[in-house]
Amino acid sequence: MVVNHQKDIISIKDLSKKDIDYILKVAEKMEPIARSKKRSTVLGGKMLGMLFYEPSTRTRISFETAMKRLGGSTIGFLEAGVSSATKGENLHDTAKIISEYADAIVIRHNMEGAARYVADSVDVPVINAGDGAGQHPTQTLLDLYTMKRIVGKTKDLHVSLVGDLKYGRTVHSLAYALAMFGVDMSFISPRELRMPKDVLHDLSKLGVSVEETENINSVLDKSDVLYVTRIQKERFPDPEEYSKIKDAYMIDLKLLKGTDLIVMHPLPRVNEIAYEVDNTPYGRYFEQAFYGVPVRMAILDLLIKNSEEI
Amino acid sequence: MKTPKELKVKPIRNGTVIDHITANKALNVIKILELPSEKSAVTIAMNVHSSKMGSKDIVKIEGRELKSGEVDKIALIAPNATINIVREYEIVDKSEVHLPDEIKNILECPNPNCITNTDEPVETRFSVIEKEPVILRCYHCERIMTKEDIEAQFKLF
Repeated sequence: MVVNHQKDIISIKDLSKKDIDYILKVAEKMEPIARSKKRSTVLGGKMLGMLFYEPSTRTRISFETAMKRLGGSTIGFLEAGVSSATKGENLHDTAKIISEYADAIVIRHNMEGAARYVADSVDVPVINAGDGAGQHPTQTLLDLYTMKRIVGKTKDLHVSLVGDLKYGRTVHSLAYALAMFGVDMSFISPRELRMPKDVLHDLSKLGVSVEETENINSVLDKSDVLYVTRIQKERFPDPEEYSKIKDAYMIDLKLLKGTDLIVMHPLPRVNEIAYEVDNTPYGRYFEQAFYGVPVRMAILDLLIKNSEEI
Repeated sequence: MKTPKELKVKPIRNGTVIDHITANKALNVIKILELPSEKSAVTIAMNVHSSKMGSKDIVKIEGRELKSGEVDKIALIAPNATINIVREYEIVDKSEVHLPDEIKNILECPNPNCITNTDEPVETRFSVIEKEPVILRCYHCERIMTKEDIEAQFKLF
């Protein structure tokens, strides 16, 4: 980062509050370009290497859009099946080769720690676009940016995280980042899908107050943001149990009536938010998805420029 | 020098005595230290009485002086161990083990989905985030490793 000359963005834990504030500030400047109201060629002639070993729609397209909006272009592969991984080439060698062609690398991989490993193996900046159940820091940054843009702040908030808090990687990094900003949180999940102990351990070290409950109704009045995640059917051996839980965490207008909060979701949504919420002041998840572009533009601009200074 | 009747095992002339090892962990300790080697004779005492610890294990390594950096990694399973360097039957240096801030290449990450558990040419690295009881964090996948996870790796039987 320009602030402390970081080469890569691998985990939200690598960033300080100051770094995050700086990225969000640059993202604001990028917004008119992302909305096509201004043109930029700041990354003209630069190339972004995309190593997508796992399929991705929003993250991949948003990185491509971000790079192209800044005048750059992209190379790489969008699924492992078309890469030389099928011939047995290891991640190290593939990343090394792409790093010789590109000015920065974006990687999504099914193994946790893959992005950190690639970052240590190559000289160009590396951005983690999701490593297994591990980190997805650019999602966290766009989540924070959404709160900043819509609620108007990233401090003195109450954020409630709802759904699968055990396996959902976005909620782990988001909870950590919010704790860095001193945000109070409620965790609402079925007993089987509670926030993992190591995440709770980190949060307690950051000194924030966290409430865990199974009852969504009890948090609605105090929440500024309801961050909803998908509960996957596969997590429940008993289909009846799944359907009970699914209904208990269904977000619809009846539930939201009279509250003063916004609903966010990392998407894809299946059925945890009713369609009737979409076009109301509550439902902000499509706007949230758009904010991925200016935030990633800010990250690309900062990292690629940084690498030139070094 | 102690009188022979107090000694459970024969004194060594030159080498290293690792004392105050947590009871029943001596075999794990020699595994971590990659002993025995061809050049050094090793004597082990297990579950012997200790006024300080109730019971403890002792490992004596004849003919080899272990440096403290070399031995620190045993603090993972024997945090109270002391290292005595012996020359001509006399203790010439005594030190305690200190858990280093980073543990490299000794442990495997317990997360099967960690990049270090693949064929990639990568070393394992853990940062020590708590010393007592020990908690480590994998540098790569960021998962937590507890004392139980560590002991499971050095399980011998």
